[in-house]
Parts: sequence; C-alpha cells; structure tokens
Amino acid sequence: MEHEAVHPGVQPVLAPPSPDTKHGQQHPLGIYFVIWALLFVLSTFSFLVDYFRFEGFQRWALIVIFMWLKAGLIVAIFMHMRWERLALKYAILIPPLLLAVLVALMSIESNYTYWTRVIFFGVLGGPPG
Amino acid sequence: MTDHAATDPGTQSQGLKSLVADWSTDQEAFKRVHWGKAMMWIFLLSDTFIFSCFLTSYMTVRSSTTLPWPDTSEVFALTIAGHKIPMILIAIMTFVLISSSGTMALAVNYGYRRDRRTTALLMGATALFGVTFVSMQAFEWTKLILEGVRPWGNPWGAPQFGSCFFMITGFHGMHVSIGVIYLTTIAIKVFRGDFERKGNYEVVEIAGLYWHFVDLVWVFIFAFFYLW
Repeated sequence: MEHEAVHPGVQPVLAPPSPDTKHGQQHPLGIYFVIWALLFVLSTFSFLVDYFRFEGFQRWALIVIFMWLKAGLIVAIFMHMRWERLALKYAILIPPLLLAVLVALMSIESNYTYWTRVIFFGVLGGPPG
Repeated sequence: MTDHAATDPGTQSQGLKSLVADWSTDQEAFKRVHWGKAMMWIFLLSDTFIFSCFLTSYMTVRSSTTLPWPDTSEVFALTIAGHKIPMILIAIMTFVLISSSGTMALAVNYGYRRDRRTTALLMGATALFGVTFVSMQAFEWTKLILEGVRPWGNPWGAPQFGSCFFMITGFHGMHVSIGVIYLTTIAIKVFRGDFERKGNYEVVEIAGLYWHFVDLVWVFIFAFFYLW
C-alpha cells in the first residue's frame, strides 16, 4: 500500500486503471502465512494417517476430511474465492457438483463389472478375458 | 463464505440480489472482475472436469478389479539412512507444492503493492519449487519404471495401477511444467516493468490462480491415489 503513495503519478499515464486494481485482492500478508501453516499441518495429518496405518472407515474419513479442508483453504484464501462476487462464485463452484452424478454412475457400473468378473472368472480372477 | 464480505467493498458480493443483477445484465456477467480472471476461472473449471474424469476412471477400474490393488504405502516408500519410511517422497513433494503456493500468494500481494522486485523474486521462487516438484516426480517415475511398473502391469497386483499412475501423475506433472514456464514468463515481464504503464498487476493474480489450481489438484491426487 505504501508503494501507491510513493509512485502516485505512475498509474494513469497511458490508460485509466481498471476499477478492480485499486481495491483489488489486497489483503494483509498475515492471512497467507496462517493458511500456509495450516496446509502444512493438515498435510502432516494426512501423512500420519498413512504412517500409523489407520484402516477402513477411519482411514478414508480422515483422508477425505483433511482433503476438503485443504481444498477449501486453497480455493477460499489463496485463490481469493471468498472475496469474489457471488455471480462468479456460483458460476465456478456449482458446476463441479454435477461430478457427483458421474461418480455415482461409475460406482454403480464398477460394482456391476466387479460382480460379473467374480461370477465368470472366479474370485481370485486372473487377468480378465 | 459470504459472511466475510465486509473487508473489501470494491469487489464485494451483495447477496443474491447482486447475483441476479449480474446474470441479468448485458455484456458482462461478472461486474468489475477482470476478463482475464473470469476466463482463467472458466478454464480451470474445464480442467477440473478433465482431472475429475481421470480420478473417476481410476475409481472405476480400482473398484471393479478382482485383483488386489498394490499397497501404495509400500510402493512409494523410500529407504533413508537404513529406515524404510512409507510415502515419504510424496509427503515431501506435497510440502514443496504447498510452499510454492504460499510464495505465489505472497507474489500476488506484492504485485498489487507494485513492488516489482519482490513480486518477480517470489514468482521465481515459486517456479523453482515447481521445478523441484517435477524433478522429484521424474525420480519417482524412474524408480517405479525400474521396478517394473508399466501401464499394462506391475509386480504387485492389479495391472490398472500403472496406467492410472502414469496418466494421473503425468498429466499433473505436465500442468506443473507448463506452470513453471508460464510463471517464469510473467516474472520476467514483471521484473522488466511491462505492467508498470497500466499499473495493473492482475496478470500476476491470474497466473497465481493457475498455480494454486495445480496445488489444488495435487490435494485430490494425494488423497485419492496415494493415501486411499
């Protein structure tokens, strides 16, 4: 911010600044360091889930929780989505929800494939076909 | 998310009314959002779908195979000073990529302060972290290929492991490599003062969006492919 005061004449030489530049995504530096540290901590936690060999439900619940927390912090703070206009937020964050449909369909499909293989090739399988 | 709107009146969202107003106007839907930023977001959205297709196919082949899936904890273990540590290389790669995201976020901030030198240096640091990441990935690929992992088979179990591994990490590594070139280009332009005439450092933020996205994708790959 101080630099704006230092070069007051530089800005409007050729073109007027876009309305965004003046109060663009300017936030205190501290928040980036906090998020940076949090991402480190969360990654360490995910690593420890593997290191201490958590299994089953516990394992994937912890992995997914840490994953979403990290993703949320990156998108909201580092990518500044938290401060964007609602129209942009919705345009970008809603469409990926459709992927849940794809995931659901493919998980039904893979379940079918799995049981087909078990029935026709036997449980221990071998390479299909 | 919307509750914290008070800090920045310039680009603030004012609730659902602003959403309706934005979408029902002519010419531009995202008021006061730099066109480049909106376009980058839309590109990233499309990229999200590409990576989701890869991860969903990985889910499909993994849950439909009757053979055991290789234990990633073992596969990606490294022996350091006589101790076999599971997943350590991937953990280090994760920390490297997060740090690169951190320096990038700072670069964007210094860009808006119009501190060219610091911005260019921080972007350079980000690119260096990126190069480190890709180098470690090259090491990982070499190790796995030497151990006999191929897209059509591997010594430990389901043959689909190799194709998923090479496809997903390869595509991500390609994104990181492109990002390094992109960031270096912008860093040089910032350092030269190309953006000084317009006083508009939004380019740095747009490049930053791409870079953070690469980190974001890694979060999902790390969780689903390596840890699951």
